[in-house]
Amino acid sequence: MQTKVFWLAGIIVFLLLITVPGTSRGISVPDVITLHSQSKLYEPFNFPHAKHILLLKECSYCHHHTTGTLMKNPDCIRCHINSSETKVVSCRGCHLPDPFTAAAMKEKDPKLYHNDRPSLKAAMHRNCIDCHDKMKGPTGCRDCHKYTKEGASFYNTGEFAPKNKPAKGGHGEH
Amino acid sequence: MKRRDFLKGCLISGAAVSLGTPSKSWAVGSFEGYPDSMGVLVDTTRCIGCRSCEAACNKEQKLPEPDVPFDDTSVFEEKRRTSEKAYTVVNRYEATDGQKPPFRKMQCNHCNEPACLTSCFVNAYTKTKEGAVIYNSKVCVGCRTCMVACPFNIPAYSYSSAFGPVIKKCIFCYHTRLKFGKPPACVEICPREALTFGLRRDLIKLANERIRATPDKYYDHIYGEKELGGTSWLYLSRVPAEQIGLDETVGNEPIISNVKEFLGMVPMVLTIWPALFTGIHLLATRGKDHDDAHSNHSEQEDGKK
Repeated sequence: MQTKVFWLAGIIVFLLLITVPGTSRGISVPDVITLHSQSKLYEPFNFPHAKHILLLKECSYCHHHTTGTLMKNPDCIRCHINSSETKVVSCRGCHLPDPFTAAAMKEKDPKLYHNDRPSLKAAMHRNCIDCHDKMKGPTGCRDCHKYTKEGASFYNTGEFAPKNKPAKGGHGEH
Repeated sequence: MKRRDFLKGCLISGAAVSLGTPSKSWAVGSFEGYPDSMGVLVDTTRCIGCRSCEAACNKEQKLPEPDVPFDDTSVFEEKRRTSEKAYTVVNRYEATDGQKPPFRKMQCNHCNEPACLTSCFVNAYTKTKEGAVIYNSKVCVGCRTCMVACPFNIPAYSYSSAFGPVIKKCIFCYHTRLKFGKPPACVEICPREALTFGLRRDLIKLANERIRATPDKYYDHIYGEKELGGTSWLYLSRVPAEQIGLDETVGNEPIISNVKEFLGMVPMVLTIWPALFTGIHLLATRGKDHDDAHSNHSEQEDGKK
């Protein structure tokens, strides 16, 4: 009898595992994601994933057709009307960090969709800033990014700010 | 054939050759750009005015230190233009319909038929097959005609250099990047991919696709696709191009078309005209001159006698 119950429980758990998506089970959904692809110029930035899940309660706002409710964009549902959630849901699974290399550009077929897929950096900055604009979130560069020393020198700012101001004003002191 | 008929024929055919306007195709064939020319699509709807492209350009081209930091947004209070210290600048334009004010990056548009190249009499400019309009300071004599010729007001002059001033302008990062198939520094740093690098012909398809997919986001025009014979850098915007400081009165004809016909005639005028008119002159005055000289001579002789 006990073995029967054990088996039944095992089958139910197994069925749950294969039918309920990982995201709903709370498996491998990171609370904080450290973004460091631009670590040369900026300090790594901790993206509060959990906070955004609680706020939006809809994964597809960022994850498109890979997880969450199906997008209603008519351009997407032409193909993705029956799409199920995908294995890869991370941004970098689809968005290339370096979209303009000769190899990456050769892969683009002008006859196919997803040709205009933004790079990893662009995907984040466009999705984040456009949404923050609507939701009145922070949108300034410095709101998320802190310069590294190299970054400050690159932008001639902070300790690397130009010392000799031009004789003619106009650009203004701050 | 009578002499009078011959002269008439000469005059008529000469006039036809010299006055008849040759067709454009006869003068110089029009050039549509190199087939594998690269380009950059500037989608101004994506630009947020972060000025990262300006910083990247400054470092890549080893330009002098800027007047203010590259993250200082006070520069948007005035309209700037490209200079010897900045090959690219971002300007902010007026919001017209309660939307956010649009930004536009400006730099050399790398025309298919560049007016700077046409105007340069020492051939300091080259349009490379990759699409870049590059400049050789070694042959430049500093006449600055290219600055006058450029319809976009791009070339700048290093007035600050007393010895050996040269023209300064965006060269599409040709020597350090484009030549090796890499995108220019501004494209690489742009955080929102307002700048897309690719084959020019692909970028036109891409731009049309963006307009098709999101028609309410774009004004239905790709600036640079046809303007002045086409440019390697193309612009998309939410508002008509003139509202982001792009000149829509430039027309679709390359600047060189204005002088092509005239310049096509120059060799003909220089070679045929002298021979033709000398011949006509000699024929028209043959005998007459001789007779006059002879009679003068004889008159003088008579006088002496």
